[in-house]
Amino acid sequence: MANYSILLIAFLIVLSVPVLTIFLIAPLVRASRPSKVKLEPYECGVEPASVAFDHRFSVRYFLVAVLFIIFDVETIFLFPWAIRLRQLGWFGAIEMAIFIAILLVGYFYAWKRKVLSWV
Amino acid sequence: MSATLPVVASMFGSIPEPIVNYVIWPTTKFVIAFAVIMGIVAFTTLVERRVLGFMQARLGPNRVGPQGILQFVADPIKLLLKEDIVPAGAQKAAYFIAPMLPIIPAFLAFCLIPFGPPPTFAIADVNVGLLLVLALTSTGVYGIILGGWASNNKFSLLGGLRSAAQMVSYEVPFGLSIVGVLMLTGSLSLVEIVRYQEQSVWNVLPQLIGCFIFLVAMTAEVNRAPFDLPEAESELVAGFHTEYSGMKFAFFFLAEYASMLVNACLIVLLFFGGWTAAIAGHGLTTAAMQSMGWLGMILGFLIFGAKVAFFMILYIWFRGTFPRYRFDQLMDLGWKWMIPLALANIVVTGLVILIAQSGGAS
Repeated sequence: MANYSILLIAFLIVLSVPVLTIFLIAPLVRASRPSKVKLEPYECGVEPASVAFDHRFSVRYFLVAVLFIIFDVETIFLFPWAIRLRQLGWFGAIEMAIFIAILLVGYFYAWKRKVLSWV
Repeated sequence: MSATLPVVASMFGSIPEPIVNYVIWPTTKFVIAFAVIMGIVAFTTLVERRVLGFMQARLGPNRVGPQGILQFVADPIKLLLKEDIVPAGAQKAAYFIAPMLPIIPAFLAFCLIPFGPPPTFAIADVNVGLLLVLALTSTGVYGIILGGWASNNKFSLLGGLRSAAQMVSYEVPFGLSIVGVLMLTGSLSLVEIVRYQEQSVWNVLPQLIGCFIFLVAMTAEVNRAPFDLPEAESELVAGFHTEYSGMKFAFFFLAEYASMLVNACLIVLLFFGGWTAAIAGHGLTTAAMQSMGWLGMILGFLIFGAKVAFFMILYIWFRGTFPRYRFDQLMDLGWKWMIPLALANIVVTGLVILIAQSGGAS
């Protein structure tokens, strides 16, 4: 009995709560006395020297994201095999061993190139 | 489902059966579950402050109501009345959308989690329940990185990036640790996984390493101590929600605690037998509970609740006990220890199952 319709209904119910409170209820009751100093982005009390979006950040964050995609796809590929492990038997196990071995080569290459260490 | 409650079912007499079964009943259940979970999540924040207080030899909040138990009502009211500050130069649209994003997957996951014996407590018993829960929980990172980026604040930006890097890093061992359970149970349906455990033994015994990896990964996934680097207050102020105040902050907070609850439910369902208290088909199995009627249903729900409460306390216990990791240590742990360990666990589990199978067949 597959029942996915509830997910759409639940999505609308859950979404309505923050939308109603942030845009409808809170503006009616909350205090609002903005001033120039209050609206400054917090930077330990000092006037912000630059816009935050302009700042560059370490390329490692990007590398982690790329590695994540590879390994997450691997995980998803493991799922169907894991469920049918007993039916697929040794044939499936060897196929999966080859698949994991190929990924491990890339994994150790990344390790050797110090992509995994964060300094 | 409607047969169990003939009086209520007769109210829907004129409505076609599929609509009652697929729309009205699940919606009713979800609304009730949503309200209860909101309450539990709010209450958890109080329990956390109180338990943490006792762990650090202080009292914690004890002024609002007897023993401070009304604090969880006072906090949301306070947050509702707080001024809502939008920092100058923020990306307005993204800044407003970001707090709404993380709570959607966190609460949608509760549609798929059975809180007690089916059919009463399972809102939607889907064949690929576990896969959908995983897919939903991994989208929680969008709100955090968007909120961190949109705030026009360097602390937020760094906190958001760190948070995203941490969440995606631990997503991998999180998924890999589940593969062992799937090999044992042969199903992605959370109800089937619990049924398997009551017939043999809780998965935590054959999958001890998998359970350990899952526990570490689920703590890191929700950015809790000792992996609470995105909110490392000594260096990043408050991480991605530095610039958020009032109800917007409240929803980030709510999402964090709701995700904690989702993960606690998942570990109980996957490794600790869900709502059952049975070994090898003896004791309080699902069938035994279903034969006891409403009493059995409520008993199952209470057993499940007790197990989940233990893991919620465990989160707080971790926070009271462990010192915070450094960011490079955290990434090392995730990529260099957890992933090889999880892969080794998969290989060993697979070999043992296949050898046992071929030994039994010959």
